Amino acid sequence: MKKKVLTVDDSRTIRNMLLVTLNNAGFETIQAEDGVEGLEVLEGCNPDVIVTDINMPRLDGFGFIEGVRRNEKYRAVPILVLTTESDAEKKNRARQAGATGWIVKPFDPAKLIDAIERVTA
Amino acid sequence: MDMNEIKEIFFQECEEQLAELESGLLKLNDGDRDPETVNAVFRAVHSIKGGAGAFGLDDLVAFAHVFETTLDCVRSNKLEPGPDVLKVMLKSADVLADLVTASRDGGGVDEARSRGLVKELEALANGETLAPAAHVEAPKAAAAPAAPMPAPTDESGFQPIPFSFDDEPETSTFEVTFKPRRELYSKGNEAALLLRDLSRLGEMSIHCDIDSLPDLDKMDPEASYFGWTIFVTTEKSEDDIRAVFEFAEWDCDLEVKPVGAAETSEELPMVPVPFDLSALDDEPAVETSAVEETVAAAVSAAQTASDVSKVAAAAARVEKKEAAAPAAAAQNNAAQNNAAAAAAAAGQTIRVDLDRVDRLINLVGELVINQAMLSQSVIENDATGTSAVNMGLEELQQLTREIQDSVMAIRAQPVKPVFQRMSRIVREVADMVGKQIRLVTEGENTEVDKTVIDKIAEPLTHMIRNAVDHGIESPEKREAAGKDPEGTIKLSAKHRSGRILIELQDDGGGINRERVKQKAIDNDLISPDANLSDEEIDNLIFAPGFSTADQISDISGRGVGMDVVKRSIQALGGRISISSRPGLGSTFTMSLPLTLAVLDGMVVTVAGQTLVVPLTAIVETLQPEASAIHSFGATQRLISIRNSFCPLVDVGRILNFRATQANPVEGVALLVESEGGGQRALMVDAIQGQRQVVIKSLEANYTHVPGIAAATILGDGRVALILDVDAVVAASRGQSLRAEMSLAATG
Repeated sequence: MKKKVLTVDDSRTIRNMLLVTLNNAGFETIQAEDGVEGLEVLEGCNPDVIVTDINMPRLDGFGFIEGVRRNEKYRAVPILVLTTESDAEKKNRARQAGATGWIVKPFDPAKLIDAIERVTA
Repeated sequence: MDMNEIKEIFFQECEEQLAELESGLLKLNDGDRDPETVNAVFRAVHSIKGGAGAFGLDDLVAFAHVFETTLDCVRSNKLEPGPDVLKVMLKSADVLADLVTASRDGGGVDEARSRGLVKELEALANGETLAPAAHVEAPKAAAAPAAPMPAPTDESGFQPIPFSFDDEPETSTFEVTFKPRRELYSKGNEAALLLRDLSRLGEMSIHCDIDSLPDLDKMDPEASYFGWTIFVTTEKSEDDIRAVFEFAEWDCDLEVKPVGAAETSEELPMVPVPFDLSALDDEPAVETSAVEETVAAAVSAAQTASDVSKVAAAAARVEKKEAAAPAAAAQNNAAQNNAAAAAAAAGQTIRVDLDRVDRLINLVGELVINQAMLSQSVIENDATGTSAVNMGLEELQQLTREIQDSVMAIRAQPVKPVFQRMSRIVREVADMVGKQIRLVTEGENTEVDKTVIDKIAEPLTHMIRNAVDHGIESPEKREAAGKDPEGTIKLSAKHRSGRILIELQDDGGGINRERVKQKAIDNDLISPDANLSDEEIDNLIFAPGFSTADQISDISGRGVGMDVVKRSIQALGGRISISSRPGLGSTFTMSLPLTLAVLDGMVVTVAGQTLVVPLTAIVETLQPEASAIHSFGATQRLISIRNSFCPLVDVGRILNFRATQANPVEGVALLVESEGGGQRALMVDAIQGQRQVVIKSLEANYTHVPGIAAATILGDGRVALILDVDAVVAASRGQSLRAEMSLAATG
């Protein structure tokens, strides 16, 4: 069975890149455009791993991660933060919200897949 | 989809982000302090940077990064976005746009300018935060303090882990003590996976510490009870080992210390257990068993495998995954639906080659004519209008109409992008000439045909340059005149009687009529003794080869005068006029058709000719009574309508269809509203009916005819001219204006 990845990012460019990269790597990909949609899609998509951006309209990555962790069913799903934020403060906030790991942009397909492999069995 | 297509999407998205950025900055400039506005601005730059990074557009990333850092200061309230700050930011937005363009189309940018702005941005960020402004290198530098150990070699923080057990000469052994806290698990990390990754670094022996494991009845299923001591022999460095725990380092006790290779085998306190990697690397289908094996292996290493209950803590986590598996299958469909919905959302807009749309519009035009001809011949053969053919035709007419409207809507676009470009021009030109100018835009969402938008940009640019260069005075002059040193240029768009009206208003000094007149005399445009009204003088600036700047400046003196502007507007079927008040400023008004393809018209007869009057211009039609007609002077006539007087204009006379004015009582008056806002009663002989007509350009097929906007082909195959109402009104105005004024004086 294919591993399922939920990606949450407001940038059309990054969404397309994630889609192509993940599909090429043999993942099933489900996409959402912001945190609010991410939480909506989460119900019923049961992902093996979630990749999310931080800066998004409506509900940012921090809020989204907290939302996932509050959800009894999905609180143990690994969440990777995909963001250009590389400073300690942002990373820390993401961690406090419950992020499993992070991928520092610029977007690099190999890095993404590597990080996903790291947090999934 | 390949990388090039994604890149194309990226550049499209950049355009949107740049527009978002600019409108956000302008909002801030107007005093908007909504955090969401600041966030949107930040996100715009952030997104551009993110995408640019993925495509290795380093210049763009570098600039966006500095910009973003400064915006972050604003976002975190460390920097107040005052006028000076916003000025720098607006300029930065321009440079960012240039960089995007350069990245897309190749070519260079003004590097001195962008370097200067980088400095200014850094100074802003520095001045308020006292933190060194970040450069492109900043992410790496900033990451370092976050980690207690030296930063990993890869800038991402990830180390590609070569998977090789080949004998390498330089190996050393490390003792790793790893004790997860419960937070490690609650954040979705997994000790077994970390141990797996560690095992990929080299040969490993592992000892599980279960001392803190309580009895089963006291066990908290979510607590962490295990710790591990691992000896790993690897050619990698200590940093590489720590990198494995990068995601987990906050949530565990971790110690990594090198041990001598010789010591290792002697002091090894536990039985080395080969770590089965193949199990973990298998397909996800076996993931749960793989995890179990891992846990079992770890536990057996501690030689406590007999106490099965003690793996409960780890096993509980595994069960959770198992339970999730069937649910996953059940929800597979739902997920696919979601994916499909997402795809549909993404496909809400499509890009279509403009040629195809144009071809469609042409065909619909032909369809409209054809339908009109068909209707006409049916009517001629079926006077009662009750036959089935006739009924069908009516439906056809409606459908044709709907198709036409829909096709037109495809081409309609808001004027926003053009207006946004203007704000940049105002900034740049104002900077060049040392003036302070604010551009206010209104009605940016007014929609108009794409052709009109494309063609309006150039004349508008020219007029904006003129307004900045000549219209608005220098700050000193303005202050001396008691005005705000900051000038205002207002650009507005609105729909008005089926046309789009674009107004460009400045609060500058207005037209210097003395100088304009002198210049016109010098250039032999008028004779020195010409007696001209103010309006006529103002309109001299549209005369070919006229330029009022004493010194031809770099900005507006590009050999293009207002005459060229006027001609390009006319070529679009539009008109331009100016009104100016000394000391208060000038207003240019452009009136343009919404579409260049069709028109609702009233078909009328004038002196035996069939003309089409645009329906949108007509307010009402009336049959004048003799008592309502008042003569005024030798040629002027007024008609009284509901106690107000309106000049009567004989279309036949204005167009020279006849030598003398027709008797108003014998004709029909069309009350029209002209672009100046005044009403006129246009006299025609008879009304034939209303019809939608396809516009055929006269300029393209013949030549410009004063008073005539275009031509069309009627249902019977004859060519009819479309009246240019405003031009007719303007032609009659010279005399009528005087008539109005005298009337006001006497009345």
